[in-house]
Amino acid sequence: MTEGTPKKLVELKDLQLYFNKGKSNEVRAIDHVSFDIYEGEVFGLVGESGSGKTTIGRTILKLYEPTAGDILFEGKDVTHLKGRRLSEFRKNAQMIFQDPQASLNGRMKVRDIIAEGIDINKLAESKADRNQKVQQLLDLVGLNKDHATRYPHEFSGGQRQRIGIARALAVDPKFIIADEPISALDVSIQAQVVNLMKELQQRHSLTYLFIAHDLSMVKYISDRIGVMHWGKLLEIGSADAVYNHPLHPYTKSLLSAIPVPDPEVEKARQHVDYDTSVETDGKKRDMIEVNPGHFVLATPEEAATYKAAQR
Amino acid sequence: MMAANTEDFVIVGAQSSDANEHIAKPALSFWQDAWRRLKLNKLAVISMWFLIFIMAFAVVSNILVPQKAANSFNSDKVGVYKNLPPNSGLPIPGWDGKIKAPGDNSATDVYASQGVPDGKKFILGTDNIGRSVAKRVIVGLRISLLVAIVATLIDLLIGVAYGVFSGWKGGWIDNVMQRIIEILSSIPNLIIVTMLGLLLGSGVLSIILAIAMTGWLSMARQVRNMTLSLKERDYVLAAKSLGESSTKIAIKHLIPNMAGTIIVQVMMTVPNAIMFEAVLSAINLGVKPPTASLGSLIADAQAMLQFYPYQILIPAVMLVLISLAFILLGDGLRDAFDPRASED
Repeated sequence: MTEGTPKKLVELKDLQLYFNKGKSNEVRAIDHVSFDIYEGEVFGLVGESGSGKTTIGRTILKLYEPTAGDILFEGKDVTHLKGRRLSEFRKNAQMIFQDPQASLNGRMKVRDIIAEGIDINKLAESKADRNQKVQQLLDLVGLNKDHATRYPHEFSGGQRQRIGIARALAVDPKFIIADEPISALDVSIQAQVVNLMKELQQRHSLTYLFIAHDLSMVKYISDRIGVMHWGKLLEIGSADAVYNHPLHPYTKSLLSAIPVPDPEVEKARQHVDYDTSVETDGKKRDMIEVNPGHFVLATPEEAATYKAAQR
Repeated sequence: MMAANTEDFVIVGAQSSDANEHIAKPALSFWQDAWRRLKLNKLAVISMWFLIFIMAFAVVSNILVPQKAANSFNSDKVGVYKNLPPNSGLPIPGWDGKIKAPGDNSATDVYASQGVPDGKKFILGTDNIGRSVAKRVIVGLRISLLVAIVATLIDLLIGVAYGVFSGWKGGWIDNVMQRIIEILSSIPNLIIVTMLGLLLGSGVLSIILAIAMTGWLSMARQVRNMTLSLKERDYVLAAKSLGESSTKIAIKHLIPNMAGTIIVQVMMTVPNAIMFEAVLSAINLGVKPPTASLGSLIADAQAMLQFYPYQILIPAVMLVLISLAFILLGDGLRDAFDPRASED
């Protein structure tokens, strides 16, 4: 993240998304979430399964309709975009999916998969131009050109994920939501994909929203981290602050669950249990800035305790 | 520590990344690939050639055997030409113009006893008013195939469009559209056919419409179910987030991925339509005599099954073979269109 006055690329303002609203099985997938993503940064979003991370990603891309709240992209409200304005927005914001097997249509050739965005936005003047663009994209993600005529099932998991990345890059977006892009890959391939994403970020000055549940990977790639639980955003701060000086008990619990690749340390590692009463006791909580740029969802009293405990 | 026999190993060095990414399998287009896989399935290939031959024959036979020739008979000589057994002109038992009537000890040469002029042979015999069974089967085949294929095409168009639309829209639109299907499927087919027969007069057109009107329901249901599951797939979300229109998503992503289901459904509908047409013809709601269809031929010959089994056997065998061929080909096509099904 560049210092000075960083430009806000994406702003979420009090975003809410309730499924089955008003019914007995109402699910608060996103519950009053607000945060900003600055231009050029990688914002990591972590939390356990079902905490609403993916839903936030999809809501930003307008795949779900939010119940309330606003989404701003480059200062413009995109919450209720329709038609041509919407497709313009979608050229700027793209997504990389979790499961590379499921996110590629098995009936289409890699060339047509990657060129889908090119075709929709009519970015190619001719067939030759289209093929050339696809080839450049394949090259960018480290695949070779004769892969264009193949079907997705002929590729390995890491290769498929790179095809997914090429598809997202085809429309030359500014902002990419990476929805657990590495959790379906085996560990040897994870580094390959993450490093590719980092490299692409620098070359194309991209902004990422990196969704994951693997804290160590998120710390590696992110500038700032947001921690989610049960649809609420509990803590936001720079990667170092959240990782080294966690405030919220849930963050502490999450961090204590990371296995350490050292048998001696791992043996002594104690898992901190999370007491959910800090979320369920019904008190009103707001995001409070405990340290500069480091926010936590708490009552003023709790915030004071968190702050005191840091010393 | 394990001591490795280092002399057994040869250092090959790191290969270039290009070589690592190489896929040795030759690149094939979708149709080449499908054709290659279809060829592996012998039964499907035989069925395909059989169906191609039958359809080509049905078209060509329009010139050789016009419907009139199959329907006309000489009313003065019904006694001479009626119920002649198949005669190939060669001394093949059961195909030499002789038939053993129930209760008899030996076969009689019916051609001689009914006084058929010498040299006049009916290769598949004649029916009870002296019309050539061969000609009638050829015409019947034509009508049955026409009814089945046209009805199935209408089925396909309405069923797939309705199913995809209903599944894709979801919510109350889906709810209403499914209730409509349920209401329609609760009306017995025969009532619809009878009503249509009254409206349009019985004939090929009203049968086609009747089969099409009732047949698309199961297609629509299946397609809708597939759509419901496919529309949640990540590649559909990816297409949506790229800004693809709903129509394009349906054509590029949904329908190709349910092609297997659709093809199987179609291949089942064709024999079903032929059978339904046969049933309708049998209860006088189908093609009007003297027009022949495979169904009406079977129905006509049913009464004389014990005396002249060939009259029912020949159209029945045709019906079975065509149905079987459609089903086997459908099976083969479903596997061939699925790139993931290839074993290599």
